[in-house]
Amino acid sequence: MRETADLSAVRPYGDHLNDGLVQVTFTLPVPYGLAARHAALELARTMRLTEPEVVHYQRLCDGYTYFVVIGQCRQSVDFATLREGAFDIQYLTEHEIDRLIEEQIGRRVVVIGASTGTDTHSVGIDAMLNLKGLDGRHGLEAYHGFEVHNLGSQVPNARLVERAIAVNADAILVSQTVTQQNLHLHNLTELVEIAEAEGIRDRTLLICGGPRVSHELAKELGFDAGFSKGTYPDHVGTYIAKELVARRAIASTTATAG
Amino acid sequence: MRSKLGLDVGLADSCREVAAEIARDVGQRTAGRTTVSVERTVARLLGVDGVDALDVPLPNVLVDQIEEHGGLARGLAYWLGNAIIATGAEPLEIAKLVGAGELDLHHLPLAEDHRIRQTIRQHAAAALEKIRGTRAERATFRAGLDGGTADAVETYVLTATGNVYEDVAHAEAVAENGGDIVAVIRSTAQSLLDYVPFGPTTEGFGGTFATQANFAIMREALDRWSRANGRYVKLSSFCSGLCMPEIAAMGAIEGLDNMVNDALYGILYRDINLRRTLIDQRFSRMINGYFGVVINTGEDNYLRTADAVTAAPSVVASQMINYFLARDSGLPPEQIGVGNAFEIHPDVTNGLLYEWAQAQLTRELFPDCPVKYMPPTVHMNGNPFRTHAVDSLFNLVTVATKQEIQTIGVPTEGVFTPHIHDRVLGLENTRYVANFARDLGDDIEFRPGGIIQTRAAQVLAEAHQMLLEIAEIGLFDAIGKGYFGNVSRHYDHGRGAEGIVEFDTGYYNPFMELMGVDLDA
Repeated sequence: MRETADLSAVRPYGDHLNDGLVQVTFTLPVPYGLAARHAALELARTMRLTEPEVVHYQRLCDGYTYFVVIGQCRQSVDFATLREGAFDIQYLTEHEIDRLIEEQIGRRVVVIGASTGTDTHSVGIDAMLNLKGLDGRHGLEAYHGFEVHNLGSQVPNARLVERAIAVNADAILVSQTVTQQNLHLHNLTELVEIAEAEGIRDRTLLICGGPRVSHELAKELGFDAGFSKGTYPDHVGTYIAKELVARRAIASTTATAG
Repeated sequence: MRSKLGLDVGLADSCREVAAEIARDVGQRTAGRTTVSVERTVARLLGVDGVDALDVPLPNVLVDQIEEHGGLARGLAYWLGNAIIATGAEPLEIAKLVGAGELDLHHLPLAEDHRIRQTIRQHAAAALEKIRGTRAERATFRAGLDGGTADAVETYVLTATGNVYEDVAHAEAVAENGGDIVAVIRSTAQSLLDYVPFGPTTEGFGGTFATQANFAIMREALDRWSRANGRYVKLSSFCSGLCMPEIAAMGAIEGLDNMVNDALYGILYRDINLRRTLIDQRFSRMINGYFGVVINTGEDNYLRTADAVTAAPSVVASQMINYFLARDSGLPPEQIGVGNAFEIHPDVTNGLLYEWAQAQLTRELFPDCPVKYMPPTVHMNGNPFRTHAVDSLFNLVTVATKQEIQTIGVPTEGVFTPHIHDRVLGLENTRYVANFARDLGDDIEFRPGGIIQTRAAQVLAEAHQMLLEIAEIGLFDAIGKGYFGNVSRHYDHGRGAEGIVEFDTGYYNPFMELMGVDLDA
């Protein structure tokens, strides 16, 4: 009879329960040879892999060697507890997002975005908004449900808010890539202040993104949401659509109650 | 070459005639205009390089000053020529004086037009001669090394760490594992900068900035490897964005062998104004052509933003238009690598046969061109093992249809910018298939009326129809109507439109004259 996993102590599975088998590939910046192979095994042990084996290694060029290592991971995770406390958002596909907007909002959602301040990097905002998107997943410009205004890079916060008011934006997306001397924190805070001063904070979703931006940081700075590495346009699209639908539901409940 | 696809020769010829007409119309509609980047390129070719105290590149400093006084309609060459006569200084010295705020080109006494032209023409001729001399030395260096087998596919490998010094290590790994061409991907933000950054750079986003210093560092590293190992490795970059012609000039100066140079990419995917790009691409390609640089066009992109099965005719139509725009800039067929890609979704039944048909079609329609084939990217889902398997089929089609340049696929496509070993795994896959199936193409015939022949005929017929429609409304309107990649861009919109300048009667650009291409033809 097949044993079932103890969900409070789960280990990697190769061909039988709790064997802990994993494979790791990496390059070391050392010359190819037996010493390099030895170093890879030693490194695997410091990764706490037991009985590591170098199953393949090769020279890439002068001073660089590539390894494929297998080993047993004796560590475990408590899946049972993790599953209970996890925050899980159900992402929708492009098609599902469009349908949600059409059915629940009944008009195109206006999104405006920019890389603000002195930041010249438009890669993040372009990946989210421009048609080409990211890794073959369309940006919001391609969706039927969104009307997109991408102001590009080096846009002053005041200008972004002014344009947001002009196009009656439902959501403002701001991208910050340059984080030297915490420039992004200053810049993001300023945007929230301007949005508040102009009186649009409450009716506009404020969303920020960038490699050093987390959801927690975004909330702390006064944004509604923050997105980091690994974010795709459909993630942002899902959030905007679901959040707007949720807010409308609250608004209509309030209206009925009042 | 006998057609394996049994193509309708008359239809193919008609495609060519219509595309040539479309390109001519573009030439007429962009004639009589220059751009700030074309004029900065004139400065660069004349030896102006460096930055002022505020880090503004000197070519920008010159163009900005001339533009401020409304003088750009005469061309930078006119003002620089006049300044040479008035000051006796060389272009670089003049640019430095302007950058230091010590010279205003408009406050100098004006020499007679013919004398200005004669002066600047001499400087331009000497500058071209100097660059040609360096390139001739490179050709000799290359001839003394193994250039690979003439009929083998050239592998084109992208590196992009953001740090030029790390790029060197990656390029060496590529060279060591048989890569033929190294292309350093640019930092994504660069295409929208209306200047070229200066100096070596160690920070970039999704790539490394294309600067003249970075070109030189890569070139030197590859030359060092080539010398030590007896095999020449080529270097490539990207003539795209708002500085297309400037990058072409920098590449010529630093000995680059290839350049990605697409007439429409910036318009469609970077929202650069269409007239701006079409004017820029002309001068950019003139420079590529004159210095023997092979260009590669970017039709692969349409297959990524639109469905690859249905977008196939637009690829052929664009290849034709890109080809004739390049011909009009003076590029010979053997320097025009039109693009194509293996982007049909892996779940499509018989997808391999459609890919085979399209790759063979490109090969047969452009028999004299070093056609470039791009790997699957858009449907690569992060599973490196599946990507590696799909890449193997891509490699098979590449060798069987005799593509000339092949951008290799890497197993981690769509996950991150490839790590140093990912490219090596990709090259190994390529080499394995290229050898294991080497003469497959010569042994294969396609069944008349079979899936491959039928597909090729259908794509060609639809491309022909599309070209007729584009010729009817003109390329500008066709782009407006979203003919390419499902992206629509309009005449007056997009970035960089403010950088277009209409000639006045005194406009002069000595390089256009010396490089022997009549842009008003």
